[in-house]
Amino acid sequence: MTITATDIARAKARMPEAFRAPLPVRLRRIALWTGFGLLFGYCLWAFNFAPARIVEGIGRLGNVLGFMFPPHVWDNWEDFAEVLNGLGETLAMAFLGTVLGAVFAFPLSFLGAKNINRLSFLRLGVRRGYDVIRAVETLILALIFIRAFGLGPLAGILAIAVSEIGTFAKLFSEAIENTSERPVDGVRAAGGSRLQSIRYAILPQVNPVLLSVILYNFESNVRSGTILGIVGAGGIGFLLSDRISAYRWDEAWSIIFLIIAMVYLVDWLSGLIRSRFIGTWNA
Amino acid sequence: MATFTYFPDIAPGHPRATITAFERDYAARRRQARLWWAIGTAIFLTLFMWTSWLGDFFKVTQVTLPDGSRDWRWIIPAGLPRLGEYVEKMIPVLRWETLGADLAEWFWRWKTWAALLLETVLIAFMATVFGVVGGLLLSFPASRNLAPNRAILWITRRYLEIARTVPELVFALIFVFCFSVGPLAGVLAIGLHTAGALGKLYSEANENIDMRPLDGVKAAGGTWFDQIRYGVVPQVLPNVISYTLLRFEINVRASSIIGYVGAGGLGQEFRTAMSLQEYTDLSALFVIILVTVTVIDYGSERLRHRIIGLGERA
Repeated sequence: MTITATDIARAKARMPEAFRAPLPVRLRRIALWTGFGLLFGYCLWAFNFAPARIVEGIGRLGNVLGFMFPPHVWDNWEDFAEVLNGLGETLAMAFLGTVLGAVFAFPLSFLGAKNINRLSFLRLGVRRGYDVIRAVETLILALIFIRAFGLGPLAGILAIAVSEIGTFAKLFSEAIENTSERPVDGVRAAGGSRLQSIRYAILPQVNPVLLSVILYNFESNVRSGTILGIVGAGGIGFLLSDRISAYRWDEAWSIIFLIIAMVYLVDWLSGLIRSRFIGTWNA
Repeated sequence: MATFTYFPDIAPGHPRATITAFERDYAARRRQARLWWAIGTAIFLTLFMWTSWLGDFFKVTQVTLPDGSRDWRWIIPAGLPRLGEYVEKMIPVLRWETLGADLAEWFWRWKTWAALLLETVLIAFMATVFGVVGGLLLSFPASRNLAPNRAILWITRRYLEIARTVPELVFALIFVFCFSVGPLAGVLAIGLHTAGALGKLYSEANENIDMRPLDGVKAAGGTWFDQIRYGVVPQVLPNVISYTLLRFEINVRASSIIGYVGAGGLGQEFRTAMSLQEYTDLSALFVIILVTVTVIDYGSERLRHRIIGLGERA
């Protein structure tokens, strides 16, 4: 059986809304898309997306990409050691920043968990505190710490640690809120104190989650730690921005490749650790 | 705690034999767990010490004492008072009687800042649009179940990985050189990074879809593009919208600092205030960014809930 035009017309007459959205919906859609198009057009104009400028820029980008080949290979140990030291500093910043952040966030997270801290005004106050910390960019924190501790990785570590306190405290307290109450009741029934119920009933439940959160944030801190050096907070970013501002593009590209390799390595390793510790516990 | 160090030899078949075997096994496992715990702790402590040494934690620095002489001090106690001083200088003088005038003095450049704030949000908007378009287009060849062949899958995946691994600030440094100083470089840099990050999330959403609608479109004679358009997009749309709004928030933060390397937005004011040591300007900029980010977080969460709610009802 084939469908003819009359069949379609009949179906349309019977159920118009299956073929066409009702007028208010259509109007709203048109208005939304027009608004979007106008805003987009305004931005194109305001940001000067002139075709000539784009073409010129892409030409220059092509030149820069042309400098990628052949990539720079460090021929003497001193220069390469500098780059390796930068990569190591970035890893160290991410590691120590994550660890310090987790250490300080751990006790704070109990204050923000509903099932531990029953004083709602205190809990909500603590939670807003986490939000404020999280709203400040790591890079801005790094700029502040550079003023106090001077240029170098210490400023980067503290910047990562402080911003991680906000993130970890929030995520940890959510993990604590998601635990089951029954083990806590068990410990209490056996005569356990409040601290013992946290140690023997809540911690075993949240530990895998906390470890997974810490590993995940360590990965993301390795990524974000690479840029802290651009403002002077140590690590590979400092070398990279230095090479770019000196227009030594071949070296800059090689450093970018090394950063990508480092991030891959960290992802792979943390995947291994995660499957070793957490995968088996979840199974 | 019970210890299981004494195991009397019991003949197999004795009623206590299985219990003893269990206890022996348990003790062995416990020893092994303790060993792993010790090894893990040792590795962790070594890493901790090594990284703290690399991170200048034990550095000794010169400080100026109150009587004017210079002395060597451990870096952390030496820096903390300076940090306090710095924060103290950022706090503006606000008196209740002259609150209006004080606020006006604190936000004295508000006209410039408002314009730059608008620019920041627009950079984030444009970058999100570019990122969504690029990420969505690339997410289909980057999902295992939709890629036309393995070579295309591999290439798009590596491309997306590189785009999201390299931070936007690095892209911005490169684009500022290519497209000169201004928001254009910022939009392209954040857009490229966004495409990488969103492409991955979208492709994961694509991999979790029901493949039967695609078979239906294929059976009706649809091409690969038809299958994507009518089989995949309707399924992933709620996820795509949710990820996009989340990314918009992240991009607002990113575009607020990207001006630090000359790529437009409020970041350039940060740089100026830093180098001119205008401390109260810095705190005013903090307040502006904090309020903007909070408002956008809140607004997009409301919007996301509404859209996802609508998606579930349909």
